[in-house]
Amino acid sequence: MHRMRAAAAALALGTLAATAACGGGSAGGGQASNEAPKTLTYWASNQGPDIEADKEILTPELKKFEQQTGIKVELEVVPWADLLNRILAATTSGQGPDVLNIGNTWSTSLQATGALLPWDAATFDKIGGRDRFVDSALATAGAEGQDPAAVPLYSMAYALYYHKKAFADAGIEKPPATWDELVAAGKKLSTGGKWGLGVEGSNLSNNIHQVFVLAKQHGADFFDASGKPTFTSDGAVAAVKQYIDLMATDKIVAPGNAEYAQNQSLQDFAKGNTAMILWQTAATTLTSHGMKPDEWGVAPVPVPAGTPGTGQNVNSMVAGINMAVFKNTDNLDGALQFVKFMTGDEEQKTLNKTYGSIPPVKTAQQDEAFNGPDLAVLRDTLATSAAPLPRVPEESQFETAVGTAVKELFADAAQGREITTDLVKERLTKAQQQMPTK
Amino acid sequence: MGIATEDRALPGRRTAAPGRAGGPHRAPSSRRTLLRRAGLPYLLLLPAVLLELLVHLVPMLIGILASFKELTQFYIRNWSAAPWRGLENYRVSVDLNAPVGKDLLNSFFVTCVLSVLAVGMCWLIGTAAAIFMQEGFRGRGLLRAIFLTPYALPVYAAVITWAFMFQRDHGMVNHVIVDQLGLTDERPFWLLGDNSFIALAVVAVWKTWPFAFLIVMAALQNIPKELYEAAAIDGAGIRQQIRRITMPALYPINRVLVLVLFLWTFNDFNTPYILFGDSAPAPANLISIHIYQSSFVTWNFGTGSAMSVLLLLFLLVVTAGYLLATLRGRKTADV
Repeated sequence: MHRMRAAAAALALGTLAATAACGGGSAGGGQASNEAPKTLTYWASNQGPDIEADKEILTPELKKFEQQTGIKVELEVVPWADLLNRILAATTSGQGPDVLNIGNTWSTSLQATGALLPWDAATFDKIGGRDRFVDSALATAGAEGQDPAAVPLYSMAYALYYHKKAFADAGIEKPPATWDELVAAGKKLSTGGKWGLGVEGSNLSNNIHQVFVLAKQHGADFFDASGKPTFTSDGAVAAVKQYIDLMATDKIVAPGNAEYAQNQSLQDFAKGNTAMILWQTAATTLTSHGMKPDEWGVAPVPVPAGTPGTGQNVNSMVAGINMAVFKNTDNLDGALQFVKFMTGDEEQKTLNKTYGSIPPVKTAQQDEAFNGPDLAVLRDTLATSAAPLPRVPEESQFETAVGTAVKELFADAAQGREITTDLVKERLTKAQQQMPTK
Repeated sequence: MGIATEDRALPGRRTAAPGRAGGPHRAPSSRRTLLRRAGLPYLLLLPAVLLELLVHLVPMLIGILASFKELTQFYIRNWSAAPWRGLENYRVSVDLNAPVGKDLLNSFFVTCVLSVLAVGMCWLIGTAAAIFMQEGFRGRGLLRAIFLTPYALPVYAAVITWAFMFQRDHGMVNHVIVDQLGLTDERPFWLLGDNSFIALAVVAVWKTWPFAFLIVMAALQNIPKELYEAAAIDGAGIRQQIRRITMPALYPINRVLVLVLFLWTFNDFNTPYILFGDSAPAPANLISIHIYQSSFVTWNFGTGSAMSVLLLLFLLVVTAGYLLATLRGRKTADV
């Protein structure tokens, strides 16, 4: 009798475990519904100095939203290193947040998964219409000719940050406006253990942002109109070589920068070891490293000649964060209300001020706070001379393949190897071969 | 290992005994009780087996299934709809004329060399330290505890510290080599280029040798002191004692230890990932990082799965070959 009972218990436990495992995770094809109208889950990206700071910044705003609508928002701030993997896992399992932040360069790749709610005209109307957003920012939200997969939330752009004192000491009167001027200034500044320019050689995304802009300036693109990779065009090769040459031949970048990947170049800048960096919205980080805002100046990123503009005078990517709704949310109306709240004028001003970014919403951009000398440069860059990274589904593969090629070339340059056009072309050929064939 | 197989045999032996006493011509009812008795252990094992299937085998099967599919970002949302690719993923992985296959082969070689090197060093350092620690002396306990710290530290904390130490401009390694000892004028890179392999090997050995030390130390406790005393009386020196008594006695432990160390090093993901990030330099591009990059970073889970299956097959062959070879060696040694 005992034995039978034990056996029955064992069996029951086994089946229980089996059914429990099958019960979790509905298939990925779920549809949006309004089954849980009183709660939302929100994955925010890490915008402030650390995760805790983000929680402190966002929680009062979410409380405000709860008071207005009665919807409670569960906040989770996901670190950048995990965010993409978390989104992929959520896509595969169908168990994701309702609303989430994505790096805007992922928009097209994630759009291709079909996991994000497309923003057609009717959906846009629910948050105040498509016209509220700046065009260049909206262009980062998905492939050309398709309904965007997200809406822009915070916008950022690259600028040249320079040390006022180092410039004054070296007798340089105004920040360089062309690359020739930058190299000349960099040579003057690279003396006595100090260096002209800092780069982040092992940071794949940053490498991509820089060579993308340089390629534009050489009249080249990394993808052709049909979405095929064209990494080895003369313009692309020249762009990568120009970037590496800042270390290899111009010698205005410290060789040690080749292994930087954790924003060490910002620390070097804050300590006064390098005089210039090309960075996006660095103010918050520089202040947290102990710099005072009047110690640095901000100027547009150099162009080959003339002034920043469109075409070959593009001088920044459109950087920023987009906000997306998971297609299988169980609180669609609430999610749209939340997006409307976050992209509303008031929240846009508050949050972008705190994070040092630019609102992608036209009406919010007019606020005085975004008119200071720092932000005016970033705002004008976004408005006139920034271009979105390639809007193809293979964008993340491109970042890995070409970003790694640039990283390896920096490693070669740092170890004294000669960087020839052939070598650059060879590395880019290899990167192109790694792209998926269609 | 031997203990485990004996244990499993026990219940079977016990149930078999009464059956044999009854004889085969007894009534069928006794055969039923026999069946029931023989079946009980399996029934009791059933939940464990089911859970084991769920936790281990099902994901493995899904991985194998995925390796035959084109599982890119277009299909991960509903991956049962992903088109079949047959053996295409495998063809890409082993096509040595294309960059993907070439890179895989390169990282396979790097991983093999690193594994052999790291296992050898871990075993050597671990065994040597364990033998030295056999002698009683003041501070032995403290030293043992210190030796074990690398093993007790959280991997991330330990490896990120190494990553800081290996930094070219501000790292401690270069500070000692260049600034204090003056061995070279140029500050070498440790996390880029060829030196990255050395950095990886150092961290791998540092992280794993305490395990070898711990296991060998435990095994040494089982060797009777009398053997050494008798050998000493017969005039054997320390070296001979180690060769003739310690090493043969350690053989069964070493057999398992080396295998485990090999599998751990071969599959290690944390160390290279924390040291080098998403894209490791070619001389230190271990196969686990390579697979991660092929699947997660480039969103091609089909190819990643195919590479994983190939790796699994390789490790199965190595493990089976190793066990067969050492088992044969042991039988002749035992007699």
